[in-house]
Amino acid sequence: MAKLTKKEVQHIADLSNLTLTDEEIAKFTPQLDKIIEFIATLSEVDTTNVEPTSQTTGLTNVLREDEIKVDNMLTPETDYYKVPSILQNRS
Amino acid sequence: MNNIPLTIKETQEGLKSKKFSAVELVDSYLAQIKKHNDEYNIFLTVTEELAYEKAKEIDQLGDFSNPLSGVVTSYKDIFLTKDVRTTAGSKILDSYIPQYSGTVVKKIEQAGGIMIGKLNCDAFAHGASGENSDYGATLNPWNREYVTGGSSSGSAASVAANMSLISLGSDTGGSTRQPANFCNLVGLKPTYGAISRYGVIAMSSSLDTVGSLAHTVDDIEIMYDVLKGEDGLDGNVLNARRYTLNPRPKLGIAKEYFIDGLDSEVENMILDVKKTYEKMGIEVVEISLPHTKYMVPVYYIIQPAEVSSNLGRFDGIRYGNDRNSFGEEAKRRIMLGSYVLSAGYYDAYYEKAMKVRTKIIGDFDEAFKTVDAIISPISPTPPFKLGENTKDPLKMYLEDLYTTSANIAGIPSLALPSTFSKSGLPIGFQLMGPRFSEHQLIELGKKYHQEIDYKPKTAF
Repeated sequence: MAKLTKKEVQHIADLSNLTLTDEEIAKFTPQLDKIIEFIATLSEVDTTNVEPTSQTTGLTNVLREDEIKVDNMLTPETDYYKVPSILQNRS
Repeated sequence: MNNIPLTIKETQEGLKSKKFSAVELVDSYLAQIKKHNDEYNIFLTVTEELAYEKAKEIDQLGDFSNPLSGVVTSYKDIFLTKDVRTTAGSKILDSYIPQYSGTVVKKIEQAGGIMIGKLNCDAFAHGASGENSDYGATLNPWNREYVTGGSSSGSAASVAANMSLISLGSDTGGSTRQPANFCNLVGLKPTYGAISRYGVIAMSSSLDTVGSLAHTVDDIEIMYDVLKGEDGLDGNVLNARRYTLNPRPKLGIAKEYFIDGLDSEVENMILDVKKTYEKMGIEVVEISLPHTKYMVPVYYIIQPAEVSSNLGRFDGIRYGNDRNSFGEEAKRRIMLGSYVLSAGYYDAYYEKAMKVRTKIIGDFDEAFKTVDAIISPISPTPPFKLGENTKDPLKMYLEDLYTTSANIAGIPSLALPSTFSKSGLPIGFQLMGPRFSEHQLIELGKKYHQEIDYKPKTAF
């Protein structure tokens, strides 16, 4: 694994919308480098044909039921609905 | 009143028999806070007025039949509490006052709980020692030279120091179980999706859970039953499926747990726990969780990735101060997250970690075909001293070795106090079980504590 450079750390800070001082960059560079070297050990694991897991509940598309209020229908024939107004008339 | 009761049952019996009133209870806890909080740095906000208001209401009602009637509760400062400052332990939110309370805060209130205050924690729940709080570290009530564990540092300390009877923390990679372990308390990390996180400041959304801390397994059970269930506001929450308790449960210990970094005192305690269960006629077998050594790498990819995304909302416009107010650890994690998600590295790190996560879940599924629960260390070492691990972030991350697995797999884990180390500090272990097996773990925990004649204790 190539050593992390200060320039790369500056790039990551930019991606993160963080403004770092020179001292912070000097401090974080070796720390992040060491952590990245450690997490890179995952490359040893064979994950051929393994599906990634992004969550553990098994739930998909949790949505509430749509409620159609017949009262708000202008006329059943037109399919148009009456909704509260969001724009006001200028006087 | 002289002695504050250490269990919900004794508290409610005292209230019912008029041995003391809820107001007197609040007096006692507040006295304890006033005496020790400056020194130990446990509470960030004490809600004295609100506590008295609620206590008076309960006394007037004179009905103590709700599950948490009169139970004085403290909250990690990551739970939104309406009109009460909520900082997440970060200077970014130094003056943030939420407009609403989280679901769990409301549930505790409806169950009769009395909020006494908001607790110190590692900023945004990033840490295993409490030392990453922008408001200074919390000292361990059992010995002030030691850390409380983290990130729910104040939650554990407040119960251990008798400043509240129960407390809520959060657990993303061990943040409830590890401080429970370092402060001689019972802690529960529930199944992912068992308890709503609506109104909890998010750290890592696929791992975050709401943790409970108390002195006894009985009290943890009461808390779990109050807190669990769908609220329609956290799309990940599922009403717990009926889990059939095995009347003759079998336990396992993974051979991969016994590594070089495991302290001999912790190792001996685990072997003692095994003997204790065997004495009760419960079989304990060796199992294998082959990907154990990859827990920390998987966790320190997925978690910072989600942190970098969740903390993106703190832009200085919608909430509090600007991004320069982030502490060092938050900056480190945001950057690590941005790195593993950035173009060119996504596949090698983030995608890879999600695939290894699948394999870890597979390991547990396999193990739970033969055993009902797994005995594991919580922290590889007894509590460490303040400042001991702060210079090397990677060393601190390795503290999470045994706890992160339950979050990665989404399974419940119960942390149980066991004994004290040679230096007089608490050590304990955890029981992990399949999804929604909380009540099985609770039964096993009760049996263990009965067998060792466990008595709840506070540090002072």
